[in-house]
Amino acid sequence: MLNQLTISELAAKLAKREVSAREAVQSCLDQIQRVDGKIHAFISHDAADALAQADAADKLLIQAGSGASRSLLGIPVAVKDVLAVKNQPLNCGSKILGKFISPYDATVVEKLKAAGAIIFGRLNMDEFAMGSSTENSAFGITRNPWDAERIPGGSSGGSAAAVAADECLAALGSDTGGSIRQPAALCGCVGLKPTYGRVSRYGLVAFASSLDQIGTFTKDVRDAATLLRVIAGHDARDSTSVPQPVPDYSAALTGDIKELKLGLPKEYLIGGLDVEVKAALDAAVKQFEKLGAEIVEISLPHTDYAVATYYIIATAEASANLARFDGIRYGARVDGKDPVELYSRTRGAGFGPEVKRRIILGTYVLSSGYYDAYYLRAQKVRTLIRNDFLKAFEKVDAIVTPTSPTAAFKIGEKSDDPLQMYLSDIFTISCNLAGICGISIPCGFTKSPKLPIGLQLLGKPFGEETLLKIVHAYEMNTAWHKQKPAM
Amino acid sequence: MAAPEIDIKYVAHLARLHLTPDEEKKLGAQLGHILGYIEKLKELDVAGVEPTAHAVPMVNVTRADEVQPWLPHDEALRNAPAKANGLFIVPKIVE
Repeated sequence: MLNQLTISELAAKLAKREVSAREAVQSCLDQIQRVDGKIHAFISHDAADALAQADAADKLLIQAGSGASRSLLGIPVAVKDVLAVKNQPLNCGSKILGKFISPYDATVVEKLKAAGAIIFGRLNMDEFAMGSSTENSAFGITRNPWDAERIPGGSSGGSAAAVAADECLAALGSDTGGSIRQPAALCGCVGLKPTYGRVSRYGLVAFASSLDQIGTFTKDVRDAATLLRVIAGHDARDSTSVPQPVPDYSAALTGDIKELKLGLPKEYLIGGLDVEVKAALDAAVKQFEKLGAEIVEISLPHTDYAVATYYIIATAEASANLARFDGIRYGARVDGKDPVELYSRTRGAGFGPEVKRRIILGTYVLSSGYYDAYYLRAQKVRTLIRNDFLKAFEKVDAIVTPTSPTAAFKIGEKSDDPLQMYLSDIFTISCNLAGICGISIPCGFTKSPKLPIGLQLLGKPFGEETLLKIVHAYEMNTAWHKQKPAM
Repeated sequence: MAAPEIDIKYVAHLARLHLTPDEEKKLGAQLGHILGYIEKLKELDVAGVEPTAHAVPMVNVTRADEVQPWLPHDEALRNAPAKANGLFIVPKIVE
């Protein structure tokens, strides 16, 4: 079945004309038809538009040589509902955007389309990317393909579930505190969060602007390298994107990681770490040693302060970013006698509970008299957290950790306790605060029920080549990523 | 360490966010709990530490002051909840 292939496998078949892009898209649509009633990874998808794109790709594929420069010609890629795709709906998992239709393409979407990809579907997510379980969407919850009673992680839960359930070949998501890596870990796929500034965020609805980054969900590491090469690079429309050349990430996948140094941070081996997750981490570390890497114990002394720092900075930035949803220029509106009443009613009716919680918290920490005590202090602690990483990277090439302290938890288990939910991001949050790159790959399963376990590797700023090289070498010597959920 | 009491009504007004009495009650309790946790940052000595606003700071990013192509007027208004004569309709601001 074509929907089960990786990008590189399908691209080879398309190039040889063994199959058509239309057949590839149709197999994804058939799989959505078969499993998405249960999983609900997609908020919506436009089948006719996807098939029309496929037919256009097939025309180019038939003209010998015309598609040669397009690395993704005919490859179906789905996107999180936080990225603008021209003439498609954009809701961010929220009611407040109403019937919003994007008037333009996000830069990443533009780049994927230029590379020939077929962009389809709106993948479910926690409202405005706020959450770790995809239980906060106004369009209903997404379920984990490995166990429908469990959450897929979040906030990009739809992206992770869709890739794990073979409803698309790859997907895009966004990661502000772990929103790509954590769901990738819990659903058993590869989730890459590039370095802050590596990928343009033009057309990404902003949550926390100093932390947000767009990244990929794929079935293997090679596909992550292929997609990153397409979406990375400077963009004049995003003033935070960094003018640094984009290397050929696939060329870094040599399988040779001899003499590379991997750091194991002692602060990550905490009490709440599940025994099976710990065992999978230990086995992965042994595997790296077998492949010739050197394991070094390191210290990231401010780890324990990361969650608190994050929830000040992220909510403060969100409270400012989400001010734009006021019912004036777009989205839903609830009328009022004056503008302030209109804003207040529109926002009260349009935002869900988690978004309200974070807007209130963010407004509070920025409010007069509290700014220095909360926001400024958090920014200073952020410096300490970043320095921990920069110091560690003087000694090691990458850092190995679990992605999440536990495998997927049950639906509803943490939804009444926001702080417990926030603490489930404990291993992923520091990466965003430090602005470095990170990736989660499958590294094992729990026994009963059988649920995926994720391994996280963190790399130096703009160190994606080394990061991908390391996890690719691991992947070549393990078969975790090839296992599929029985649905 | 105890967190300060939040005046939810006042903060909600600052955020232009209407809350029901139930929401105010629930949020007040939850935020007290979260702020209590956040208090742990006060354990750290941050004297002399520079704040980090962006991990990869980019300074004074500008472009040439030239007209660039942008959305046509009707496209920009396409998602407006209320519009007329090529303008957004808003409630009366000045009597």
